[in-house]
Amino acid sequence: MTRGSAMRSRRFNMVVSAIGLSIGLGLLTGAPLDALAQDNKKVLKFIPHSGLRITDPIITTAFISRNHGYMIYDTLFGVDDKMQVQPQMVEKYELSGDKLTYTFTLRDGLKFHNGAPVTTADVIASLQRWGKADGMGQKLFSYTKELTAVNDKTFQLVLKEPYGLVLDSLGKPSSNVPFIMPKAMADTPHTQNVPDEIGSGPYRMVKAEFQPGVKVVYEKNPDYKPRSEAPAFMSGGKVVKLDRVEWITMSDPQTAMNAILKGEVDIWEQASYDLLPELKKSKDVEVKDFGPLGMNYMMRMNWLQPPLDNVKVRQALQAALYQEDYLAAQVGDPEYYKVCGAMFGCSTPLKSDDGAVGLKKPDLAKAKKMLAESGYKGEKIVIMAPTDLNSISQLPLVTAPALKAIGVNVDLQSMDWQTLVGRRAKMDPVDQGGWHIFHTAWGTADMMNPIANAGVRGLGKTGGFFGWTEDAEIEKLRDAYARETDPAKQKDLASQVQKRAYELVMYVPLGEYFQPSAIRKNVSGMLPSPAYVLWNVEKK
Amino acid sequence: MLRLILSRLVAAIPVMGVVAIFVFLMLRLSPGDPAAILAGDAATPEVIAAIRADLGFDRPIWEQFVTWIGQLMQGNLGHSVFSKQPVATLIGQRVEPTISLAICTLLFAIIVAVPMGILAAWKQGSWLDRGIMAMSVAGFSIPVFVLGYILIFFFSMKLDIFPVQGFASLRDGLPGFLHRIALPTLALSFIYIALFARITRAAMLDVLGEDYIRTAHAKGLKDHVVLVKHALRNAAIPIVSVIGIGFALLIGGVVITETVFNIPGIGRLVVDAVLARDYPIIQGIILLFSGIYVLINLAIDVAYVILDPRIRY
Repeated sequence: MTRGSAMRSRRFNMVVSAIGLSIGLGLLTGAPLDALAQDNKKVLKFIPHSGLRITDPIITTAFISRNHGYMIYDTLFGVDDKMQVQPQMVEKYELSGDKLTYTFTLRDGLKFHNGAPVTTADVIASLQRWGKADGMGQKLFSYTKELTAVNDKTFQLVLKEPYGLVLDSLGKPSSNVPFIMPKAMADTPHTQNVPDEIGSGPYRMVKAEFQPGVKVVYEKNPDYKPRSEAPAFMSGGKVVKLDRVEWITMSDPQTAMNAILKGEVDIWEQASYDLLPELKKSKDVEVKDFGPLGMNYMMRMNWLQPPLDNVKVRQALQAALYQEDYLAAQVGDPEYYKVCGAMFGCSTPLKSDDGAVGLKKPDLAKAKKMLAESGYKGEKIVIMAPTDLNSISQLPLVTAPALKAIGVNVDLQSMDWQTLVGRRAKMDPVDQGGWHIFHTAWGTADMMNPIANAGVRGLGKTGGFFGWTEDAEIEKLRDAYARETDPAKQKDLASQVQKRAYELVMYVPLGEYFQPSAIRKNVSGMLPSPAYVLWNVEKK
Repeated sequence: MLRLILSRLVAAIPVMGVVAIFVFLMLRLSPGDPAAILAGDAATPEVIAAIRADLGFDRPIWEQFVTWIGQLMQGNLGHSVFSKQPVATLIGQRVEPTISLAICTLLFAIIVAVPMGILAAWKQGSWLDRGIMAMSVAGFSIPVFVLGYILIFFFSMKLDIFPVQGFASLRDGLPGFLHRIALPTLALSFIYIALFARITRAAMLDVLGEDYIRTAHAKGLKDHVVLVKHALRNAAIPIVSVIGIGFALLIGGVVITETVFNIPGIGRLVVDAVLARDYPIIQGIILLFSGIYVLINLAIDVAYVILDPRIRY
């Protein structure tokens, strides 16, 4: 044997030995061999509901970006579990006697992740950017005369006229949340992603380990000073008890279930309904809902396209639909759904069934008669059906036969969700790529009052949600609601908005549902909240 | 040889150009709006229009194409519409898992399948041959995701030998790498073992009937010398072709395995990009794939020349 061949032989033997050793170790001990499987009580592994790709929670309303926002940013105010707005970054605030000037003072010791103090210049720039992107923000700024810094810790918001939703806007719990960023980031146009990930929140993002759509890593922000109050929803002390949180995206539910059953991850944010029975059998995993406000299915019609520009046709269609059918088809387990006629949520202060349709089994004969009397001439109704979005894919499949049953000429068109998202923005006629009906789901926290709920906007083509519902009357009611400062009168106005929205069929609520999480039993401290938050959590 | 390599590389340039034009046009003509996806479900049409303008998707297609080609000429694949990260960085993050899985699968499949094919040909018509061919049929028939779940069920959930999901980089150590890649490799290689074994058997049967094989036996050579040195080398051309095509298919077709075992590879990147209409990523990956296909074809041609000196280009 030559020297060269002897060396090659040794190398080969080494490689074979290493492979054998690795597999042997696994076979003999079943022990985890790599960092990904390490068991560390200070590291939480979390499967989010989707992969994080857009890290700017202002440019998008996507919940995954909102949840990321809550990890690294902080807010001026936050709602508590009674939906009352509480100060968060703000130490104190005052409202002038004429109800036109709010003066806010920031807490001591607020710092961004780069060590810079949080100043009112950062706050003002952040609010201005948010005010261009968010519906409630736009409304707030339409009533705002000026937003100015008094000094580094105090700023004033001066209104043109009294506005009842200032604190509700600043403490808005869901997309878009008015997160506070450094001025340099907040000066980015609201149509562009912010260039960095610097917040002043309880966690900071480890940018070097970020893989969009795959993995996000956060570590504890040692400079964060939690409030002293007990945590409740988005308010109170955001105490971080972990050193590191890893968000690991898993697109396959079966894989996610196996991973949590085996202890490779600690929390699965949105466990699939069909896998819940298997998860509930495990002695190590608990199934629990941490979103007390729930989510809502809805059906939206396009008011620009005949025959749905005719309110009588819309009313006939609405009369044929039954929430229970949708909830049973999409969710299945009654433990996780609720028939709910309230357009502003069934767990909010504005809960009401006023004007609600679809809560009881429909009278099809009556619906048929309504359709016959509406002037409907058998025109084709195009329903866009997303086949790849499991969370709503059954909804159009319930609508189509329900409408056919009263004599509607239904054209159910299958497509992927992103095609639907692109197509629903088209105002063109149906034969030029337009549409009649789509379905979606919104978090209650995103629709808990007439200003936040985009479905009841009556702004038509300018400022309206897809479907372009237009009604001057409802806009007057929304404005009155926004100006009103008395909660009782606000509730009455919200009821009127809801009745009007049902009457005109601005959208059809299809019921409320709850998305439970699967969580390892050694994880504790999870807080119920309108958005998924990971402060106060610890592992044993 | 060098001339062959250079001429093939030069010829690849117009091929890549055609691919670039085709991909760009197909994406722009297909439905979907990245701006609407970026803005989210509750965005107003005004916000979506502003984002679309900001991304440049409101400009004429030819103008967008010229901008993209200009970037490509400077070696810039662009940035993701959503994460704003450079496409080259995103591809770089995902290449290792996919290439690792493809190479491990290919190696494992070759090591198992070629001897099986040789044995089946050598013992043609025997129970061994029938058994190997029956396994081959099973390999073609069982979908990779079914096999993947079965392997996870037994080796991860029941026996607790391997992890359920994830990928560990080779840079973090060979044991961890092998521990994570073992099950996906087993699952994915099954169909390639079936393919390679059948091709090897068929190619070997062709040459085992040749005069020079009879001559080799007549010379008194041992069976394994005849099989490996005389028969296998002459049967290698179709086997190498199929292995090369198999590698190309592996690079582009591992998405199901990546999904089942939660491996963050190129397959998942491209599927996610297509679903989200992240044009720069799709364009970048398809260009990358076309480049890889060109290189694999070149490698196969080079292998032909080495294996059969009669072949000239």
